[in-house]
Amino acid sequence: MASDMRLPVLRKAVSVSSAGSDRADHKDLVVPGDVITSDPGFMRGHGTYIDEEKLTASVAGEVERVDKLICVRPIKTRFNGEVGDVVVGRITEVQQKRWKVETNSRLDSVLLLSSVNLPGGELRRRSAEDELTMRDYLQEGDLISAEVQSVFSDGALLLHTRSLKYGKLGQGVLVQISPALIKRQKTHFHNLPCGASIILGNNGFVWLYPTPGQQEEEAGGFYTSLEPVSLADREVISRLRNCLLALAAHKVLLYDTSILYCYESSLPHQVRDCSSRTGWRLAALCFDSVVDRQG
Amino acid sequence: MAGLELLSDQGYRLDGRKATELRKVQARMGVFSQADGSAYIEQGNTKALAVVYGPHEVRGSRSRTLHDRAVINCQYSMATFSTAERKRRPHGDRKSAEMSLHLKQTFEAAVMTQLYPRSQIDIYVKILQSDGGNYSVCVNAATLAVIDAGIPMRDYVCACTVGFVDETPLADLCYAEEGGGGSSLALALLPRGGQIALLQMDAMTACKGVSKVLDEVVRQHLQDVSVLTRE
Repeated sequence: MASDMRLPVLRKAVSVSSAGSDRADHKDLVVPGDVITSDPGFMRGHGTYIDEEKLTASVAGEVERVDKLICVRPIKTRFNGEVGDVVVGRITEVQQKRWKVETNSRLDSVLLLSSVNLPGGELRRRSAEDELTMRDYLQEGDLISAEVQSVFSDGALLLHTRSLKYGKLGQGVLVQISPALIKRQKTHFHNLPCGASIILGNNGFVWLYPTPGQQEEEAGGFYTSLEPVSLADREVISRLRNCLLALAAHKVLLYDTSILYCYESSLPHQVRDCSSRTGWRLAALCFDSVVDRQG
Repeated sequence: MAGLELLSDQGYRLDGRKATELRKVQARMGVFSQADGSAYIEQGNTKALAVVYGPHEVRGSRSRTLHDRAVINCQYSMATFSTAERKRRPHGDRKSAEMSLHLKQTFEAAVMTQLYPRSQIDIYVKILQSDGGNYSVCVNAATLAVIDAGIPMRDYVCACTVGFVDETPLADLCYAEEGGGGSSLALALLPRGGQIALLQMDAMTACKGVSKVLDEVVRQHLQDVSVLTRE
């Protein structure tokens, strides 16, 4: 089996002017401790603090200004959830009337027993027996897809799965990437034409799974199919996973179209080559094609 | 060590530097993709690797949770191959525990922990090659790693070791100078405000030099990444 080794080389410094010369706005980059402004008329947002009446940055990133609000967005950060975000998470704890879900944010998210769909109808009353059999529905280590219902004051997220499209996830592949690379769209559930389905969680967890044959209406989100997945489907999913990793390594924004372009560009190569240097080159090609097609 | 003078008559030290000269610094951020933040720094022959995880939920003992700010958990360790003689106990000995505590105190002063109540930030530093100034290099590496993780800090934390030879301060000591019998003090500083995070001393120019170098590293890294990111 061929192994890939990259020796450390001095990287060529990328200059801002050469890469984005056609953009009218230039990026204002700051580091912690940089004074952004001394004008008292501005409000401070995330990533800044006031030090002796001077607005100072506290993270390294670019300055975003919206009217009178100045905030600094760091390059990499844990997931900061907002109401309505779709997340993919893993159950870490089963507590008294709730589950604790790990979603790559700064505190574990909370999924209440009253926020899930139990078999028997949506408006079924939760009994004491439900509390005792919580573990039958979701155990430690299970993956779920859910939506953010609200945000607590300390930043923890409150999730719910009160829709048939959310719930426990069955067979598939999880890819963990930075949350900043997921584009916000109207829908995060896509059935790709190449033969697999994808859930792009806003928290950076992407779930690839084989497209289900027929929709189970009574499933309620807890039925997981354990039928064997065909080899063709598994190849498609593996190729998609390698494409995702290559795109993430090149910091390309991920949404259904960019993933599809990358998949199409990768078809001439073998699946196992996609994660090596050919994969890096093809991610760069895909990036160019995405930019071209967007005009 | 008779005959080895730390500062020659012409003003040169054992490795050919002048008294106030820093060692060559090379650093890189974002070394590991699986951690939230990571950095690798080389100051002369001292090499350190820092990794930051967090902020995340407090794992392990729930009793350590603070209701109004984040807990910073530091661990300092040295690789067994980092010193001239193979180290028997890389972590868990008294010196590592003391260093971990100093790192924790230093970063609690700089990181804005009140923004993350009930969570935990882990900072792990490992010395891969030890040639003097272990604490300072760890602080510098950890600063870069914390910035890489996107955790808000008041300012950079820069550190340097300084020694004295006949009224002349020597900046950035190497191993031979540290053990040469003279005193050596480590200073961790927040450069822009001039606030001292760990120790008090009057040779602050060395730290300002280190802060310039770290600044350069972060700005370069920012430019590299921001150019690649596209909307």
